[in-house]
Amino acid sequence: MAHINIDKTSYEAKEGKNLLETCLTLGFNLPYFCWHPAMGSVGACRQCAVKVFKDENDTQGRLVMSCMESVRDNMFLSVDDPVAKAFRSQNIEWLMTNHPHDCAVCDEGGSCHLQDMTVMTGHAYRRFEFKKRTYKNQYLGPFVNHEMNRCIQCYRCVRFYKDYAGGKDLDVFGAHNHVYFGRESDGVLENEFSGNLAEICPTGVFTDKTLKDHYTRKWDMTMAPSICQHCSVGCNIIAGERYGKLRQITSRFNSEVNGYFICDRGRFGYEFVNGITRVQQPVIRGAMVGGDEKRNLYDNLKTFFENLDIIGIGSPRASLEANFALRQLVGEEHFYQGISENQAGLLRILLATLNSGKVHTPSIKEIEQADAVLILGEDPTNAAPRIALALRQAVRRKPLEHAQNIKIPAWHDAALREFIQEEKGDMFIAFPVEIKLDELSSDTFFGSPDEIARFGFAIASYLNEEVVSPDGLDEATEKRAFAIAAILKNAEHPLIISGTSLGHEGIVKAACNIALAIGVQKEIGSLSLIVPECNSMGLAMMQAPALDKAFEAVQQGGVGAAIILENDLYQRAEKTDVDHFFETCRHVMVLDHLHHATTSQASLLIPVSTFAEGDGTMVSHEGRAQRFFQVFMPKNENIRESWLWLDEFRQFKNGVDPQELNEPGNLIEELVRVIPQFKGAETVSPPSDFRINGQRIPREPHRYSGRTAMLANIAVSEPKPSQDDDSPLSFTMEGYRGIPPAPLIPFFWAPGWNSVQSINKYQIEVGGPLHGGDPGRRLFIEGEMSRIDFWKMPVSQFLAESGETEIIPLTHIFGSEALSVYSAAVAERAPSPYVLISEKDAEKFDVAEHALLRLRIQTQCFDLPVKIKKELRPGLAAIPFNLPSMAGIGWPAKGILSKIEP
Amino acid sequence: MISLLRSMGLTFLHMFRKRETIQYPEEKVTLHPRWRGRIVLTRDPDMGERCVGCYLCAAACPVDCISLQATEDENGRRYPEFFRINFSRCIFCGYCEEACPTYAIQLIPDFEMAEYNRQNLVYEKEDLLINSEGKYPGYNYYKVAGLSAGIKGKGEGDNEEPPVDVHSLLP
Ligand code: SF4
Ligand code: SF4
Ligand code: SF4
Ligand code: SF4
Ligand code: FES
Repeated sequence: MAHINIDKTSYEAKEGKNLLETCLTLGFNLPYFCWHPAMGSVGACRQCAVKVFKDENDTQGRLVMSCMESVRDNMFLSVDDPVAKAFRSQNIEWLMTNHPHDCAVCDEGGSCHLQDMTVMTGHAYRRFEFKKRTYKNQYLGPFVNHEMNRCIQCYRCVRFYKDYAGGKDLDVFGAHNHVYFGRESDGVLENEFSGNLAEICPTGVFTDKTLKDHYTRKWDMTMAPSICQHCSVGCNIIAGERYGKLRQITSRFNSEVNGYFICDRGRFGYEFVNGITRVQQPVIRGAMVGGDEKRNLYDNLKTFFENLDIIGIGSPRASLEANFALRQLVGEEHFYQGISENQAGLLRILLATLNSGKVHTPSIKEIEQADAVLILGEDPTNAAPRIALALRQAVRRKPLEHAQNIKIPAWHDAALREFIQEEKGDMFIAFPVEIKLDELSSDTFFGSPDEIARFGFAIASYLNEEVVSPDGLDEATEKRAFAIAAILKNAEHPLIISGTSLGHEGIVKAACNIALAIGVQKEIGSLSLIVPECNSMGLAMMQAPALDKAFEAVQQGGVGAAIILENDLYQRAEKTDVDHFFETCRHVMVLDHLHHATTSQASLLIPVSTFAEGDGTMVSHEGRAQRFFQVFMPKNENIRESWLWLDEFRQFKNGVDPQELNEPGNLIEELVRVIPQFKGAETVSPPSDFRINGQRIPREPHRYSGRTAMLANIAVSEPKPSQDDDSPLSFTMEGYRGIPPAPLIPFFWAPGWNSVQSINKYQIEVGGPLHGGDPGRRLFIEGEMSRIDFWKMPVSQFLAESGETEIIPLTHIFGSEALSVYSAAVAERAPSPYVLISEKDAEKFDVAEHALLRLRIQTQCFDLPVKIKKELRPGLAAIPFNLPSMAGIGWPAKGILSKIEP
Repeated sequence: MISLLRSMGLTFLHMFRKRETIQYPEEKVTLHPRWRGRIVLTRDPDMGERCVGCYLCAAACPVDCISLQATEDENGRRYPEFFRINFSRCIFCGYCEEACPTYAIQLIPDFEMAEYNRQNLVYEKEDLLINSEGKYPGYNYYKVAGLSAGIKGKGEGDNEEPPVDVHSLLP
């Protein structure tokens, strides 16, 4: 701790920080543009000037950029010094000389850092009378809008896009007073994190294009803290609504999970909520049932529940509450996970490993601290994008340590990048084809899933002799495995990344073994396993049998009816199996929010809410239980949370009259009682009767407009605001205006700070955790373990018969996830179907790139354009995973490729 | 007693003064240009809708009786998809006019808006939009704004340099 004097008052400050972050942490309103807590300083904008004095008696002082000056003990500085103030105000005036008269039509307005800083410095009237510089804009794809006139040359965009996120196609062009931030020419921004530009850019140059389609100002949105539904990372997000439509997703800072950034799938994948494919009304055997026909619905339910032995099929994309309510309704022995046995098996291995107490699942923040990384059979960029961004920071860790030796401060981004140049830490990748992170890796192993598994087992066997080393590896591969093992052994924070994307038992077991071996060596091993969906981990922790078992049960007879929760079975299993299931099981109730192949098989279809219209809890890949809150009350009263419906059905089944159904009790508390492994999940959010000074926390900012007009076209008397019984948040603008507990932050705002930069005010220390600790609670507890059981190498999953090819599913950030693909912008970026084959196979089939090849897979047949990959092993073929047009494939899969005869 | 008679006398004398009361509605009230009455949405000199859907009037309104939704035409010109004022709530404070950066929303000297049915006091854009520039003729926001929305190209507006040539550094 250092003592510093700011404007003649003494404060304690942390050494090693710069003056700007120190002043902000201490609560000073010091304007800045180019500095960013996650990206450090470059001193480009000249906005953060303060005066520093030699000693107490120095009255002259000198102007410095506070972001470029370290805290020193016994330092004297002034933020309020008239010269410093005048400098800051003139700096803005200069920046503004070229700024367009755009605020009224600028999507940044109302959450614009430039507006805030202009007001803060007091510059109000334009004195510059000459002409304004102008620029042409570029088309940047469906996600980001470009309006280059508004640029203030702070360089944040390129520093984020190129330096932080590893993007290649955004840069700065030109020189002196006509620099240009954009692409070399018009085109789609390729990086998976391009959407963050909208939050990073302090002006309206880069804005959210999907928001533009239904533009709403920040102050007009009803917002709630939520959790991204599009992969297993569980990034914290803020979702905003207006006029009954979801309008925007922004990142919600959580220092442990996503930090300041989310990926484009999470940011732009929300539009399915507003889609036309939503289920709007209960449907009974093809006939709609209106909301007021509750009787009719329950009459039909009566016959449904008269069936004995109803089975329930849960879902990895439904909340813990929903899955649990279903389990309570049908009984534990009749509850199945709605995923394939293959996936369920992988998750069981994973859970057993994590519960061993020797393996830790790192948070994103911890991933950034890893100094040696091994990625085994997984493609983080596509399966869990936010992890890939963290890995990009991890490879910089070692070089950064070297920089500390020559005393470059940690915040000095420009100097650090200059010093590090292209130097990278250790990262190894094993995957069948090239992936994006390969550009960072020190060594990449291309092989079939089986080979990757063996490679992993070889690494593990070098780390611990108890692991049986696999046979059949050539000497070169053995050598590589040995080298990787040695580096992992010597690293301080080694990290293993793997996942279920390839659906390969051997790979997951190998990754678990390596982590266990490291755990034996250094107390605890770090293993981050990417699981398929947002609540895959939570569902797996309920330990129910898989979908295949449900099919078997139906086959054996004795199953009267089935309830399917938020799940499209055609994405889980082979088409014929699912068809057969629906043929055998005649009474099927489906609860979902989107229409899909499974809903069309339902004899009873119940509309349910999406994440935006309901509350729920989910468990991320890290084992972190997190709560998402209802953003808005849907106008359509039929749309209710799955758990609400299911709990009512349970009461109804137990003989309660439909008119006298009760609100469910706290399902999460009940869940913890029934399955103690979830202990802690009940504490992720304050209880629904939590109040601050007797007040709720408002979802709407205090400037929310139009309350007495937005519904006046329907009836001029305003309706009573909706009541929220499930959380301490209110659906109005009245309530507690201070900083709420971290899990309940519906939006970031502070007086004078309307933009996202106001996050500073919510953090204990700028860039650090939120006041009261970051939300979410890890459910896995690390501790002592008596005996280590290493996994045995399974027998090969794939036994080729003549003419068959092993098919590898390749996950795509846009397209492979079931919900986001129903959002227009994401769908635009989804790949069209293809089949990837090796050069040798291309020769064998005598096909060129783009020519069609017929793939017979299970009972389906696809004609797919060919892509040729050098690194792919002959005899393997890869297809995109889970594209809507390629549903109904059971994984793991093999197929028969054949040339299409003309 | 005397004061009482004096008061009655004064009151009696008033009968011969000029009348303040006018015979409304036969006789019309004189309203001055700055009188704040009926709210209208005006058009720019080219008869395009002036409102750009910036939501500032709605935010400024102390009774929150304005609600709108912005949308865009094919040139990127922003305009309100719907624009609603609930006049049964409006207090004619004029804040909306003050907040408007484009002179679109204006309060005009007309108060004859009474209705028997309160629902009829809800005005939509069709009821508000007039074919006139209102009190502030000559202003066209899209000519002074930086963005190009089909009114002018980049660098063709008032006080603008031609667009920067990004390739100027190339040999
Ligand atoms: S960037 Fe900010 S200051 Fe500039 S036009 Fe947009 S809202 Fe206004
Ligand atoms: S585009 Fe935005 S982030 Fe980039 S330099 Fe300009 S103002 Fe800064
Ligand atoms: S898809 Fe995954 S990485 Fe992307 S924002 Fe959502 S949770 Fe985060
Ligand atoms: S005059 Fe005042 S009350 Fe009426 S719409 Fe405008 S701002 Fe609202
Ligand atoms: S923030 Fe210090 S110079 Fe930009």
